[in-house]
Amino acid sequence: MKLEALPWILLFLPLCAAGIITLFTLRSQKLSAGLSIGAIVSGFVLAIALIKSGGWEAREFSLNWLSIGNLNVDFGLRLDALSLMMLLIVTGVGSVIHIYSYGYMHEDEGFSRFFACLSLFTFSMLGIVLANNFLQLFIFWELVGVSSYLLIGFWFDKASAADASKKAFLTNRIGDFGFMLGILTVFAVVGSLNFAVIQEQFKANPALMGGSATLAGLLIFCGAMGKSAQFPLHVWLPDAMEGPTPVSALIHAATMVAAGVYMLCRVVFLFTPEALTVISWIGGFTALLAALIAVQQNDIKRILAYSTLSQLGYMVMAVGLGGAGAAMFHLTTHAFFKALLFLGAGSVIHAMHHEQDIWKMGALRKKMPVTFWTFLVGTLALCGVPPFSGFYSKDAILAQAWHAHNYPLFVIAVSVAVLTAFYMFRLFFVVWVGDVRSAEAGHAHESPGVMIWPLRALVVLALFGGVLGINEIFAAQFSAAEHAEASEHGLTLLQRIAEPFTNAPVAAGIGIIATLIGFLTARGLYATAKSDPLTSKLGWMSRAMANRFYFDEIYEATVIRIHDLAGTISNWIDSWIIEGLCIGVVRGGTDLTGRALRLVQTGNLQTYAFLFVLGVAVVLWLTLGK
Amino acid sequence: MNVGLEHYLVVSALLFALGLLGVITRRNLIVMYMSLELMLNSANLALVSFSRFNDNLNGQVMVFFIITVAAAEVAVGLALIVALYRKRQSAHVEDLTSMKL
Amino acid sequence: MDALLNYLFSSNGLFWVFAFMTLACGGLVVANPFSRNPVTSAMFLVLTIISMAGLFVLLHAFFLAAVQVMVYAGAVMVLFLFVIMLLDLQEEERRKVKKLGLLAGLLSIGAIAGIFVKSLMAAQPGRGLPAPVAEGGTIPLGKLLFTNYLLPFEIVSVLLLVAMVGVILLSKKDLK
Repeated sequence: MKLEALPWILLFLPLCAAGIITLFTLRSQKLSAGLSIGAIVSGFVLAIALIKSGGWEAREFSLNWLSIGNLNVDFGLRLDALSLMMLLIVTGVGSVIHIYSYGYMHEDEGFSRFFACLSLFTFSMLGIVLANNFLQLFIFWELVGVSSYLLIGFWFDKASAADASKKAFLTNRIGDFGFMLGILTVFAVVGSLNFAVIQEQFKANPALMGGSATLAGLLIFCGAMGKSAQFPLHVWLPDAMEGPTPVSALIHAATMVAAGVYMLCRVVFLFTPEALTVISWIGGFTALLAALIAVQQNDIKRILAYSTLSQLGYMVMAVGLGGAGAAMFHLTTHAFFKALLFLGAGSVIHAMHHEQDIWKMGALRKKMPVTFWTFLVGTLALCGVPPFSGFYSKDAILAQAWHAHNYPLFVIAVSVAVLTAFYMFRLFFVVWVGDVRSAEAGHAHESPGVMIWPLRALVVLALFGGVLGINEIFAAQFSAAEHAEASEHGLTLLQRIAEPFTNAPVAAGIGIIATLIGFLTARGLYATAKSDPLTSKLGWMSRAMANRFYFDEIYEATVIRIHDLAGTISNWIDSWIIEGLCIGVVRGGTDLTGRALRLVQTGNLQTYAFLFVLGVAVVLWLTLGK
Repeated sequence: MNVGLEHYLVVSALLFALGLLGVITRRNLIVMYMSLELMLNSANLALVSFSRFNDNLNGQVMVFFIITVAAAEVAVGLALIVALYRKRQSAHVEDLTSMKL
Repeated sequence: MDALLNYLFSSNGLFWVFAFMTLACGGLVVANPFSRNPVTSAMFLVLTIISMAGLFVLLHAFFLAAVQVMVYAGAVMVLFLFVIMLLDLQEEERRKVKKLGLLAGLLSIGAIAGIFVKSLMAAQPGRGLPAPVAEGGTIPLGKLLFTNYLLPFEIVSVLLLVAMVGVILLSKKDLK
């Protein structure tokens, strides 16, 4: 087999699995799960094989797909450090989650359908990762939207899940619209959709786009804003937790939401300084906002969802600060530990018979030791405690802010770190320590092996993900943009471990202190709490946080109201102008003519005969009578 | 005045008009049918006179065929009328009109 | 008187006699002022056909004249009468005649007849017919039928068969 075929096989395996499951094996749960898991695990193996055979160098495989006028679109795959690493994350973390789902979804009626959707999602995600041009990226981008719609609304008979899936889809569509406009703007100026070609042209002539550069950059950022749930399009992500927990882990932690950040890194050369400033501030603001909201949530999955939002804000901020490598590094480690946390939460929810309120849990440490330890590792990694993976990636972002001398954003980042530690340890103390607060918590038991082993696998990654040299691979990819990290090649393990302190000691120190503050506050407040003490202390602030700063309500009052108004007007135009005037006149005219003509058709034989004779007479007169 | 082709054709045309009149004005199905036969016969007369005028027999062969077809047609037509009569108990055209006005 | 008789029995005279009989009887088929019974119409149709057979003889179409009498006056008319009897059609009750419709019908038919006759008269009739060469007897007609017109002849026989089957099917009491 030729090596060129490997990426194609890798891409289309999950699609085949989804197709076969949907068409043939819906009845057989084992076969469906086997196909789906097999597809993604072989994807993982193929990804490793690709890296082994070709290293991290950039290469492309493409077929001519469309050729209309001067628009040439390739259906191509681009392999470079960025996409290969992302490929590993998607297939690796994806494999773990697929296996976990086998245990988690065991009793569900739609088991096979679930795996078909998962495979479809994997296919779309791989398409995004491998795309070598904007159009293909956009198509898979939309496919991801569709498959996430299917997965969020997996329990579609639950009204809230159906609403959440619609909300996610529509919110994403708003972002995608901007994204599409951005792509068109770029195409209009550059005349090509291929990333490599566009990058070449930009390198040759940085002022290529002129005045429209910032606009195009921001429009493209709109797409990332939707997919990666940045303010103000962040509202869909928490609601998307209505889907099954493995879906939350796969889509809303490890992969789909990462697609936005990935796309930003892919086209980072497009953004002007102004656009980057906007991006970094939106990222920082989202990070802070989401962290604040997370402090007062009581649903275990919602806390994790807002934490995801917050971390995505971090990554976007890093991109905005010029640290695409740092953003991708954080994306990678975040995929590890957030998937771990979600799967751990899923294990807890499974044990609690689908109870998600943390105040009904408590003292689960004894009942579920494995989940407890893995969850603890995930928490420590997320909070950025050395030497867990999260520490390194978070520190890379803090260092980026520090080096960029952007102190306002640095302060925001540090306060987000404090808040992160605070809400994660709040969650930790309430769920695992303290007293048993409900009957379910008393009867909870450890999850089966098929759910535990994926956790253990992720623990390893969450522990050591920071020192594997992932950041160097990304740094090499973005070396042109980042001189600071370009020189750091070939570090030893020890150097890697110590790297944050040598690179930006102040940032690293502040980061650790921030985490410590968050931890101590949380321990003081929640170690023995029976109910949330913050609710009374913060007063209206707490209510605002618990209600997500009323974003849904604000949107309800503004966007949706305006939308409804436009809808009413359109409806009025449709029913009166279009339906009444245009169609009505035509219909009335046709009706009237029809009624008149109907009188001719009497059904009387002799009338017909008479008319026939009349016709004959006329013809005869015309031919003979003149 | 010697009788020529035109005289026969005039008779034929008048007979045709008479048949047509019957079809249009009479409302008894059977009489209408007879009027149709009249029209067919007028065509026969025209054909035979053309045949005589042209001095060959092709026209007469045609008439022969027309008579055969007419016989078949009468048989089928009358069978239809009988079937209709069974259904509607009437051989009156206006009773056959089933369309709403 | 003799001259009149002589003229009447010459071929020209006989034409006028038969033509008059044909048209008069045809008119009585369509509209009989004395009777509206379909049987009367049928009997006048027989008379029309017989007078037409006379016209055929004048045109030297002897075989067709015989066929006309046998097939039409014999078979077809018997069929008509049979159906009339079968359906037991009484004298047609007089329904309201639509005057306007009748007038329009008469006018259009008059127009057709007028156009025909007018265009025929334009040919200046009265030159008579040449002496016949082809006689419409049984032998020449039969020869023609079984040589040049063999295929149509066979097709017509199939047509008759089809008609027969169709009629049998139609006249069954309950169609399945």
